[in-house]
Amino acid sequence: MPERKAPLPPFGVMAEFDDAEHLVDAVKRARNAGFRRLDAYTPFPVADLTEALGIQDNRVPWLTLAGGVMGAAAGFGLQVWSNLDYPIPVGGRPLVAPPATLLITFELTVLGAVLSAILGMLVLNRLPRLHHPVFGVPDFHLASTDKFFLVILGEDARFGEAARFLSDLAPVRVVDVPQTEGPE
Amino acid sequence: MRDATDTRRAAAYAHVTAEVTGIPLHYPRPRAWWLCFLPACGLLALFFTALGVLLWNGVGVWGLNIPVNWGFDIINYIWFLGIGHAGTLISAMLLLLNVHWRNSLNRFAEAMTLFAVVCAGLYPLMHLGRPWLFYWVAPYPNSMTLWPQFKSPLTWDFFAVLTYLTVSALFWYIGIVPDLAATRDRARSRLAQVLYGLGALGWRGSARHWARWGQAYRLTAAIAVPLVVSVHSEISLLLAAGPVPGWSSTVFPPYFVLGAAFSGFAVVSMIAVVLRGALGLQDLVRPLHLDMLGRLLLATGLMTAYGYAAEVFDALYGGEKPELSLLADRLTGPFAWSYWGAVIANFVPLQLLWWRGVRRHPLALFLIGFSAMVGMWCERFMLLATSLHHSWVPSSWRPYTPSFWEVALFAGMLGVFLVPFLLFVRFLPVISAFEVKEAMFEESEEKGGGHAGA
Repeated sequence: MPERKAPLPPFGVMAEFDDAEHLVDAVKRARNAGFRRLDAYTPFPVADLTEALGIQDNRVPWLTLAGGVMGAAAGFGLQVWSNLDYPIPVGGRPLVAPPATLLITFELTVLGAVLSAILGMLVLNRLPRLHHPVFGVPDFHLASTDKFFLVILGEDARFGEAARFLSDLAPVRVVDVPQTEGPE
Repeated sequence: MRDATDTRRAAAYAHVTAEVTGIPLHYPRPRAWWLCFLPACGLLALFFTALGVLLWNGVGVWGLNIPVNWGFDIINYIWFLGIGHAGTLISAMLLLLNVHWRNSLNRFAEAMTLFAVVCAGLYPLMHLGRPWLFYWVAPYPNSMTLWPQFKSPLTWDFFAVLTYLTVSALFWYIGIVPDLAATRDRARSRLAQVLYGLGALGWRGSARHWARWGQAYRLTAAIAVPLVVSVHSEISLLLAAGPVPGWSSTVFPPYFVLGAAFSGFAVVSMIAVVLRGALGLQDLVRPLHLDMLGRLLLATGLMTAYGYAAEVFDALYGGEKPELSLLADRLTGPFAWSYWGAVIANFVPLQLLWWRGVRRHPLALFLIGFSAMVGMWCERFMLLATSLHHSWVPSSWRPYTPSFWEVALFAGMLGVFLVPFLLFVRFLPVISAFEVKEAMFEESEEKGGGHAGA
């Protein structure tokens, strides 16, 4: 542990569960009990959890759409503009021939959509971020194997009751997660 | 609240992760791996030699001339790219269909895609003659104020392959990040922790992250499927845009796409059989998976056979003299071996896959896959060499013999595929552990094991 003079506010308190159903159940109960600042950590995506945590973030699909539209516009615009900028009139064919441009337009649509989907996902997830307070929890390496974790974050209005509340959910254990770095 | 099922399920999750991440961390058969890796390095050295000879002398070292100016370079380009498509199809299409058995196959199939596309992409570059000027194909502001000819399929090619390479690399990478995190978490040595940690980007499995990850992953998959179709259709247009007999059949785009998927499923089958044997993954790549691969191979193979029939029908129905003459040349001319080789190697052993026992037999599936892979190479050879050497007027007919350096480059290119693939097998999780676990969880929920309301 590095020596810190001014104690940082705690990151949160974490409960460990043995399986996904108990975690989803715990999240539902925590939300019913009025806790709002929650996060959960699982070894694989659990569809019910997204719903239970009330995550309604559709920015990635919108970004994908925007990237696709921009890619299409760039692809089509590039070809139209360059065909006019340096005309190659062959056999009386029109300089701007839309059918001939569609393949590159499609490819750049795909490229724009995929790049913005994946880069957007990483940016919105604030990744890469190699260090994080939860990595300090002794058992947290099992979050990628077979354990399921629920965190009530320190910024929750009712954080004072969090540790007691989590203990009542019959988890494997409850651990305090100290803040290891300044606020983001 | 904890009962026996939960404990068993947790143990199963841990087992899957341990099995998959155990391979890079404590490789089970290092000696067998080296026995494959060293010859692959030899092939890679051959590649660099052949490349050096090519760059020093120019494409004259190949057996190409007018009219056969596309030889092993474009044959293998199409062949490698086609193999690559199966990885995307298995991974993306079956993800969208929510097919659980895909999870044991997608990771190495995608890696196969990635390295096959690299091999494919190198060929057109080398065949440019002066590969160091490859950036002339890209639209960039230059002092000559020239732009690429956007109405040419050769320019389409640049965009198609570049997009496909980028998309397959990104799709593969975001799919492997959670498993890199699992490998990081189980690694004991500091070096492994740091390296896998860097690769995992600090992934911690947060539910918020998973939600966005799932959106990005599924959207990419949904876009990747039409991308595959567009890329290989584009390749067929590369041929169809040329005024050459035998290349103007309207069946070309689907014929190319299905042939590509067929050759790719053949290679995925071979890799699946080898990996499960070599790495002891029999409980993850089960006979069920081989069975499904066999079915995919059979289905795409029969569709490819339809393409053959349609092509012949096209020539006969059109009744154009050069087309008929070309058809006769394909069936009986100097390259008849490639036509009959394709027909026999592609479709005769394939019929064995009608039997479930054959589909589930690893060695049989491997051999049928190998035969299809060779058959599809013969087909690509047949399509290019026969059409080009037997053009419209008999006065322009010329023979074609691949030169030593052409063949050497092809052999070396197998090393370009095998070396990174073997490194992938050795150092990265070859099976998508988290998706296998997700499928196990979903199946247990469907069986009514859910007691979330407890």
